[in-house]
Amino acid sequence: MAAATTSQPTADFRPEGAEIQDEERARAMAGEPPFSRGRPDRNPVVDSLRDAVIAAVVALALFAPLVGLQTTPLANGLGVLPRWGDVAVIVAVVFVGRLLLNIFVWKSSTPVTESIARFFNEDEVRPRDWAAIAIIAAILVAIFFGGGSLTFIPAGITSVGALVALLALIVFAVAIARKFVGPHMPDLPYGRILGALFILFALALPAITQIWFPQQSRYFLDQAIVILTYVMLGWGLNVVVGYAGLLDLGYVAFYAVGAYSFALLAYYFGLSFWICLPLAGVLAATWGLILGFPVLRLRGDYLALVTIAFGEIIRIVLINWSDFTGGPNGISNIPRPSFFGIAFERGEGGFADVFGLAFSPLHRIIWLYYIILVLALITGAVAAQLRRLPVGRAWEALREDEIACRSLGINTITTKLSAFAIGAMFAGFAGSFFATRQGFISPESFNATESFLILAVVVLGGLGSQLGVVIAVIFLNTVFELRELAEYRMLIVGMAMVLIMVWRPRGLISTRQPSAFLKERKAVSADNVGQGHG
Amino acid sequence: MEYFTQQLINGLTLGSIYGLIAIGYTMVYGIIGMINFAHGDIFMVGAFMALIGLILVGVTAATPVLILFAALFVVLVGAMAFTSVWGWTVERIAYRPLRGSFRLAPLITAIGMSIVLQNFVQIVQGARVKPLPPIIKGGIPLMESAEGFTVQISNIQMIIIVVTVVLMAVFSLMISRTSLGRSQRACEQDARMAALLGVNVDRTISLTFVFGAALAAVAGMMFLLYYGVIDFFIGFNAGIKAFTAAVLGGIGSLPGAMLGGLLIGLIETFWSAYFSVEYKDVAAFSILAITLIFLPSGLLGRPEVEKV
Repeated sequence: MAAATTSQPTADFRPEGAEIQDEERARAMAGEPPFSRGRPDRNPVVDSLRDAVIAAVVALALFAPLVGLQTTPLANGLGVLPRWGDVAVIVAVVFVGRLLLNIFVWKSSTPVTESIARFFNEDEVRPRDWAAIAIIAAILVAIFFGGGSLTFIPAGITSVGALVALLALIVFAVAIARKFVGPHMPDLPYGRILGALFILFALALPAITQIWFPQQSRYFLDQAIVILTYVMLGWGLNVVVGYAGLLDLGYVAFYAVGAYSFALLAYYFGLSFWICLPLAGVLAATWGLILGFPVLRLRGDYLALVTIAFGEIIRIVLINWSDFTGGPNGISNIPRPSFFGIAFERGEGGFADVFGLAFSPLHRIIWLYYIILVLALITGAVAAQLRRLPVGRAWEALREDEIACRSLGINTITTKLSAFAIGAMFAGFAGSFFATRQGFISPESFNATESFLILAVVVLGGLGSQLGVVIAVIFLNTVFELRELAEYRMLIVGMAMVLIMVWRPRGLISTRQPSAFLKERKAVSADNVGQGHG
Repeated sequence: MEYFTQQLINGLTLGSIYGLIAIGYTMVYGIIGMINFAHGDIFMVGAFMALIGLILVGVTAATPVLILFAALFVVLVGAMAFTSVWGWTVERIAYRPLRGSFRLAPLITAIGMSIVLQNFVQIVQGARVKPLPPIIKGGIPLMESAEGFTVQISNIQMIIIVVTVVLMAVFSLMISRTSLGRSQRACEQDARMAALLGVNVDRTISLTFVFGAALAAVAGMMFLLYYGVIDFFIGFNAGIKAFTAAVLGGIGSLPGAMLGGLLIGLIETFWSAYFSVEYKDVAAFSILAITLIFLPSGLLGRPEVEKV
């Protein structure tokens, strides 16, 4: 794989004919003068300036009303509060940013991005490439220290800067490591090594927190549980979106089915977590089949809309069917999981008593942590194995070209249904874990935003990549934990989704290793994946 | 009977608003074959633009009629203009770089854009609902039942229906008569061929988004005047329902979008009136699923041919 910072990540593996496709695409996309990539007969600096001015004017039109005039309740109805300072700052940032990008990347004959690619790909490093790296580092530092002056972005921007700088550092470090290690060990399975390290770290986490951070132990474990829950959901959705290419925007509905199955079974029949866990999975999978059967013949984008509608329908039903589901108040007092029949309680017969320990609420947290760790690992292992089975190969084939699949005799309906149901089953497991961990569930936990969040995890990590999901969840969880960013959470998620799609459509970890191959392994680049009407 | 007539009027009003939004979906789908999921949020941005404009000009129900209408017109044009810039920018940032990418990519950025718009407006304008005192009051009583139930069409309802009809007429003329409309239809049929024949495809697509956003802004302003309260989240439900309308009418067809909008408005209103208010969204969403499953080409659409 090429270095992580190249603009064309899979340039090394371009199939025959890709150049022609590229030329065609470039021709079809050639825009009007302000947005074309600079003509040779024009002065690039003047051109850049012109373009930056236009961008600034557009930014002014965009932000002047919405940012510049805030509607606020006054004594006599609504009034507007002017904030022209913020608008000026935003417009200035757009102008300067666009100008710099124009001069150094878009309209330059030697774009900085190419210099960086050369830096990481070629043996010889020219001084100018070092200069490019230095400039980028300087810009990152400027973002890091320069923000914080907007009234509607208090301390948040510095945190964003810190995160961006951190990410860039990691990417740089990985790229540099590859540059120096790569030639010596070309077949090193980076993904597997990293994955194994993650698992070892996860297994040892309770001990680590106990030894080094006894005070924050509870906090770290809670965070780890949340991360693992989302990793599990992400891996489940990855089967549907990443492998089978079905955009399911109602995934949270199955999560809700799992959670409510357990909660209602416990409430009405007094069943325990360990009996309900498989039942919740089965019920969620059944719902996946019921909902999937009629809609899976639809085209990809219609499917997305229908699944979002289903998700909303289930949520509305949960809210309004008060007699059965408790309505908006939800269900409380959901039983906690026991340790092979021993409850985590104070006093006689409790976990601490049986094992002769001093009672600590932490025992239950650690137990929950290991439950979700095992559940997540099972999900990951099953998903990884399924991918190598015939059904997994059929999913991937379906994702790439549905018509070809049909003509080769793959039953598209059952193939899609199996992906849908298996994804739903994992969501069901995760849902019943969520219910038992919280002890309380209400329909508000299962709104469309949650679906988008899980989708964002899969998209950011790289459709089909398991390690990518883990990295994306950890990144998003960090964003979500920064208190200054509380308001900007979903904004950052949305922006990240757009940026990643524009910059690296296959996600952070974007090589797709075909699971079946002839003679030699080749990465599938986005270029030879046709725009089929699947 | 009187109750029914009243609901019919309400449904037509709501349907007009959905229809205006649905046009944006249907045009974009027709020309580049993608669902612009962020369109519902463009509608929301339009409503906010209208709200800011109305507060700035400071009209109230007590303003003399002529001045009031002039002010509303100015606000409407302003909201359309500023919202169009948003529509244009969304296309430029999130969709244009992805032409020729894999199938799900533009849909994912559209969802990302929708999240961005919602949260951006929430941050800069506040999460609380924005109430606007009614500006256009009064109405015309049409008939009265024996029990004293008066059927009336309010002035704002008339304005909404009239504005929608006028805009639809202007818009249809534009599509069928002007050179812009011709290039739009050409791009819809075959973008590459149109480009070879000298149509500026990029500009045509951009303009499609601009017009879609302008109509969504009209819908936003009508929504604001009709209901008198908006928040940053109105785009989600309205977007899905308008998309349902576009699909029901046959996606890609302009009269279809209007017809679908009216039908969805009527169904939702009658469902709330005769069955249950709580499940009115379920009704609309179910229609989406049912239409897509049993009538994927809609009422007035052409069946889609899969080509290899």
